[in-house]
Amino acid sequence: MKKGVAITGMGIVSAIGDSVEENLQALLTSKSGLGISKHIQTHHKNAIKIGEVGFTNTEIATQLQLSEDNNFTRTSLLGCLAAKEAIQNAGIKSISEYKTGLISATTVGGMDMTEKYWKQFASNPESQKYISSHHAGDSTEKIAASLGITDYVTTISTACSSAANAIMLGARLVKAGKLDRVVVGGTDALSKFTINGFKSLMILSETNCTPFDANRSGLNLGEAAAYLVLESDEVVAAQNKSVLAYVSGYGNANDAFHQTASSKTGEGAYLAMKKALEVAGLKSSEIDYVNAHGTATQNNDLSESIALQRIFKEKIPSFSSTKAFTGHTLAAAGAVEAVFSILALQKNSMFANLGFKTAMPETGLVPVTQLQKKELKHVLSNSFGFGGNCSTLLFSK
Amino acid sequence: MKTCYIHSVVSISAQDSFSENDTIFEVREYSDYKISAVHPPYRDFIPLSQLRRMSPAVKMGVAASKKALEKGNVEQPDAIITGSGLGCMADTETFLNTLLENDEQFSTPTAFIQSTHNTVAGQIALGLKCKAYNTTYAHGSVSFESALVDAQLQIEAGEAKNILVGGVDELGTEFMDYVHLVEQKQMQPIQVSLSEGATFCVLSSEKKEGAVAVLKAVEIRSKIAEENIITEMHDFLKTNKVKPSEIDAVVLGNNGDAFDVYYENLQQQLFPETDCLQYKKYVGEFFTASGFAFWMGAQLIEGYTLPKNFFIRKAESKPYKTVLLYNQFKGSQHSFVLLTQC
Repeated sequence: MKKGVAITGMGIVSAIGDSVEENLQALLTSKSGLGISKHIQTHHKNAIKIGEVGFTNTEIATQLQLSEDNNFTRTSLLGCLAAKEAIQNAGIKSISEYKTGLISATTVGGMDMTEKYWKQFASNPESQKYISSHHAGDSTEKIAASLGITDYVTTISTACSSAANAIMLGARLVKAGKLDRVVVGGTDALSKFTINGFKSLMILSETNCTPFDANRSGLNLGEAAAYLVLESDEVVAAQNKSVLAYVSGYGNANDAFHQTASSKTGEGAYLAMKKALEVAGLKSSEIDYVNAHGTATQNNDLSESIALQRIFKEKIPSFSSTKAFTGHTLAAAGAVEAVFSILALQKNSMFANLGFKTAMPETGLVPVTQLQKKELKHVLSNSFGFGGNCSTLLFSK
Repeated sequence: MKTCYIHSVVSISAQDSFSENDTIFEVREYSDYKISAVHPPYRDFIPLSQLRRMSPAVKMGVAASKKALEKGNVEQPDAIITGSGLGCMADTETFLNTLLENDEQFSTPTAFIQSTHNTVAGQIALGLKCKAYNTTYAHGSVSFESALVDAQLQIEAGEAKNILVGGVDELGTEFMDYVHLVEQKQMQPIQVSLSEGATFCVLSSEKKEGAVAVLKAVEIRSKIAEENIITEMHDFLKTNKVKPSEIDAVVLGNNGDAFDVYYENLQQQLFPETDCLQYKKYVGEFFTASGFAFWMGAQLIEGYTLPKNFFIRKAESKPYKTVLLYNQFKGSQHSFVLLTQC
């Protein structure tokens, strides 16, 4: 087995908490963050459950000490909060001391403000500051500026697998010696755009989602931001850093089946998991826990279950989806679940797949339904998205 | 470490760069604030049944990718990597307007499904039934270069043999008007048209007959202070063991705004006698416009003659063996690309 790339810091803001510690407590006490929306004004408000971050935009702007005329979108605000916690957690005092990059993922970018002011852009000068904050790269640039990162900065947008790909790229760049240190993760705020998009696909659940359940009725959307700090062995040695865990493997494949639906055979997911195991030099039997993509849509959970059966054969490791805690946080999901996977390793804990009652008849698979303690060495995390994008990450002690 | 060869480059732009001649003979002049690409007959590349549902970005991406693969003689790439600054703007606008105008009622999923940044890469994979590595970068003016960085990393590490790389952006219908509106309020706004286009290429670890050029290096810097651009470029060239005097041509991303000073400084101080070219005057400004510079660089190295309009400065005819591309947007998102002869 290969050691992988060291993770020395992490930060997160999600529906279950505004810090790593708060998220951990919610996971350990099986407390979901889903509910009726408080901040986002949508017609579907009472018909759906979502995973919203507690802070208002103004509250975050105050915390970040932004001027009143700032043009930060909620995606940027959430991103800055989580990325700052990650840097702090990694004990980084000086960014410029090492060649440092930032790779952030987002799908909606500045859509939360764009949709608010779209019909005013032409006539209302006050609203026009949000024109340049629409594109996906804007939130990343703002996070980079708030951290003082000026070197390699980029944004990945592969729908719901985005952050997993950001973590993967960061690990590859550090491994290749192109960067000494890189902040990787993703951020997505809730928007009417995505709520109505998923609504039109008829895959939004009216109740808290129940991943992998036979009677699952769709997903809950959520908003979140999460980042990891990856550092080279040289930096870790030179600064005598404590390592939280390692990114030991990664795989990216395309399902090449349909623009939005996953194939019946879970081909893309299977290939992504297979590649990740190969990169890590691990046998499938060495995986102790799987943090599944598990969105609770009919299509995803069946396809992913079949992919799990294909890769692990009869010996499927303990698995659960944490989507019923946070909602599906789209581009951020891969990073949110990376943080959860690392916490799982640190605490030797497997988190509950909330809401599960009945195994689906096609596979009979039963996830971890209550918090469970077990010595964990290797955790696998899946993220799949529109466009057939499938990515898998492996985290090891 | 393996060499990263370029086996083909094609570009759909506001010029006739996608024509059968494989190069441009006559330059189209534009004065509108917003210009479309010269769209090729897409039915030559895409079945009509699929064409109807496709936005310009997807059409450009799919057509350009097909031609790039064909010219590069590759059927199944080992990775598909795209960049798009604004993603599928047309479908984003359609879905957004429908939901706002109908008060969140009656939304249909088609435009939403096709609005994501990775739609183009997804559609290419779907068309090729290509299950390989697939990703999309969306970081403003370095979206295309981010894709190049990823591809080069895989080729140098021997993880992939042939990679399809592309950059694409479409105009959409109204967002560009708002961009233009705000831009006009600047002291020295962008002087070229806002536009669209797609550049696709095949990168490979194999040196084979007909290879176009070598992608020697590509680097991205989020921020460079104006006074540091000379040092930064110097360092980049030094790292790649090239002297400024060895650069045969520099392709610059001038768009007429106040930040052109970056290009002027380089031109005057680091490359006082080198051939310098520009392109945004003719293909417009958009987040993946620098893909066109990549096409130009490959053209120069392949020995094609580019129209004299593109040259800011030109010495007598000579072979172009080493070409440098430099682009930035509003003082951010700087990219350095070094192309050399095979």
